[in-house]
Amino acid sequence: MRNWVLGIVAAVVMAGPSRAADTPPFVFTGIPDQDESRLVERFGKVARYLQDKLGIPVKYIPVKNYPAAVTAFTNGQVQLAWFGGFTGVQARKAVPGSLAIAQGAEDAAFKTYFIANTKLGLDKAKDFPKETAGKTFTFGSRASTSGRLMPEHFIRQAFPGKTPEEVYSRVGFSGDHSRTIQLVQSGAFEVGAVDYSVWDLDSKAGKVDAAAVEVIWESPTFPDYQWTVRGDADATYGAGFTDKLQQALIAVKDPAILEPFGRSKFIAVTNDSYAPLVAVGKSTGLLD
Amino acid sequence: MLSARLRPASYTTVSLWFLAVALAALLPADLHVTSLSPWADLRRLLDGLVRPEFVAVEAWSVVYTVAFAVIGVTLGAGAGFLLAIPFARFRSVRLVCACLRAVHELFWALLLMQVFGLSAATGILAIALPYAGICAKVYSEIIEEADLSALRVVPYGTGAVSAFVYARLPDVAASLRHYTLYRLECAMRSTLVLGFIGLPTMGFYLESAFRQGRYGEAGALLFVFYLLIGSRRLWVRARTVPVLIVASLLLLPKTVGSTEVWPSLVRFVTQQIVPSPLRQGALLDPATWSRLWAWTQPIVTQQILPGAAQTLVLAQIALVATAIGALVLFPLTSRRFAGRLGQPAGRVLLVVVRSTPEYMLAYVLLQNLGPSMLPAILALSIHNAGIVGYLMGRHADGLPYRPDAPTGLNLYAYETVPRLYGQFLAYLLYRWELILRESAIFGILGVATLGFYVDAAISELRIDVAVVLIAATVVLTLCVDALSRALRKALRIDTLPMRLSQPMVKGAGG
Repeated sequence: MRNWVLGIVAAVVMAGPSRAADTPPFVFTGIPDQDESRLVERFGKVARYLQDKLGIPVKYIPVKNYPAAVTAFTNGQVQLAWFGGFTGVQARKAVPGSLAIAQGAEDAAFKTYFIANTKLGLDKAKDFPKETAGKTFTFGSRASTSGRLMPEHFIRQAFPGKTPEEVYSRVGFSGDHSRTIQLVQSGAFEVGAVDYSVWDLDSKAGKVDAAAVEVIWESPTFPDYQWTVRGDADATYGAGFTDKLQQALIAVKDPAILEPFGRSKFIAVTNDSYAPLVAVGKSTGLLD
Repeated sequence: MLSARLRPASYTTVSLWFLAVALAALLPADLHVTSLSPWADLRRLLDGLVRPEFVAVEAWSVVYTVAFAVIGVTLGAGAGFLLAIPFARFRSVRLVCACLRAVHELFWALLLMQVFGLSAATGILAIALPYAGICAKVYSEIIEEADLSALRVVPYGTGAVSAFVYARLPDVAASLRHYTLYRLECAMRSTLVLGFIGLPTMGFYLESAFRQGRYGEAGALLFVFYLLIGSRRLWVRARTVPVLIVASLLLLPKTVGSTEVWPSLVRFVTQQIVPSPLRQGALLDPATWSRLWAWTQPIVTQQILPGAAQTLVLAQIALVATAIGALVLFPLTSRRFAGRLGQPAGRVLLVVVRSTPEYMLAYVLLQNLGPSMLPAILALSIHNAGIVGYLMGRHADGLPYRPDAPTGLNLYAYETVPRLYGQFLAYLLYRWELILRESAIFGILGVATLGFYVDAAISELRIDVAVVLIAATVVLTLCVDALSRALRKALRIDTLPMRLSQPMVKGAGG
């Protein structure tokens, strides 16, 4: 009996993360914003690429939701993450010293598509589709930039003094963009806000039924996804590591890696580029 | 006091009150089916279930599911056993245990993840903490219920420990073993649910499979899971337990990367869970306290009150739906009603139903029927009706009948149900608290119960708000638990068996 107890205690100590003497492996994650099989494909390729370029073991850890990605970054389980605009802002606020180092070329001017079930018979227009008021509406994940923060901002702009819950008859959070498209397509929700790059990727993959769901509005542009690294990476992996990592990401040329991201290339970026999102986050009350 | 006022309560009065409350709750409940083609989706789902793809099952996830459950229960039951000894004597121990078990495994995991990350420690503690609270309570009840005759003949001057080990333990060992095995079954269901938030159990793959509509893989995973639960008596035996524990320890998933546990714990305790106005302002400054009030007020009025109302609406409807479901289902598992051939089939059906975690059921139904309270009600009542129906069926077969007893509907309506009704209410009142706990959790899936606001707070990294909301669910659960106990006392059914694992009492409810 006593041996068991000792064994269990020992195991819990072991199960708890132990600090290795040599350099720990470099671990990264990404927000699960779309179909998981595509995430596994793209991040698997990134892991192999970075391992080659950096010369240290690189691992990808999958997470099930956006806040889990931020938490993993905050408590040091991952050193690098592919965040959305807003989750990146959250993460850099929680871990002072962390840096946005690279974004997709498309992320400097990212867009949200408002999509609707074709049964509504809405036409695509230049201005915010105010006629959607009173319909059912789904965001993506709660912490999504193109699926929550910015659409909520545009809704509040179009209907001053009202929250999305007051504008729409029902407001849901689908969890990710692929799911948003599926829900609007099936009619579970009449209108939705979706990341334009995921819409394009899913359209190309033949997952969007044009007879059932259509884009009714393209939003103004805003900064979005980026790679963010912890500020203590240089201390752990050697001086100049962060620069090396940034160069490696910007140097990605292989279309096999870029295509599942829906990006043409990665470009350098700084924390300041995301200042507009901080302002929007505060005005919508999602950020303190 | 409450029980005194309820003294003249009868089974009918209490049943009608619950029915009335549930009917009233139907008014504010949102029961729309928003999906346009729910049947097409459900048919694809059933199609996948009958054509499982076993090659797609990740074998390690099965190992991890068992390992998490075994270690979680070992720690939880061990701590529970130690807590059971002072349980009856100290109110503070009872309160701590009540709070531990009032927080759902999933809420524990969400909080633990802040400190331990996606690691084995998170999964194990998320099971061990609430299970310690549950086991302490049940073990102490089992010990209290035990026969004292052996204790009376122990020689004068025997130490407390010796008296316990030699005179009490042998008497209760079978019950304790029985209950712990049942806890292991619960723990396997819990690990499945933990997979839905990212731990590498079978739940992780089930979530992916359901989300992307790979129903063949989902069917295979479920089939393996039922097999694991159904065969547990074969692989959990006195001799295999040490092997299981050691093997589980060795096979636990290695944490990818390492979490800075100590700094994370310090940050969690000194910053994340401290209400934000207190974090920034000086404690002696009155302005800090007025800011704290300004911070608390909207949480109470806009989140706790509506969330608690929706949680209760869901729980009360689900409780009555469970009752109706159990009354319909239990004849299926009773030999007298289902016959020699029908009974085993009915039992298999109800064991499958009870092995399916309600959280997963709700997740699947929400995907197919759209986001309203209906899928949550269905999930809760199907799961719980399966459990209560199974137990009622066993009681129904335990009843002694006269040789000239009627048969069929007459027997059911005029004899079996009336004779079992007290037992039936005891089970339902006991499940009430559990249904409420699950109702709160379902918010994470999109129904606007308390969990909905917890999910929002975690997404906004407002752990302080999440902790306040979880504390509110604890208070709500404790209130329902107290009310349930008072009602059981008033109805004089508090001595009937209530626990799922309890051995049958001969002629119970007769």
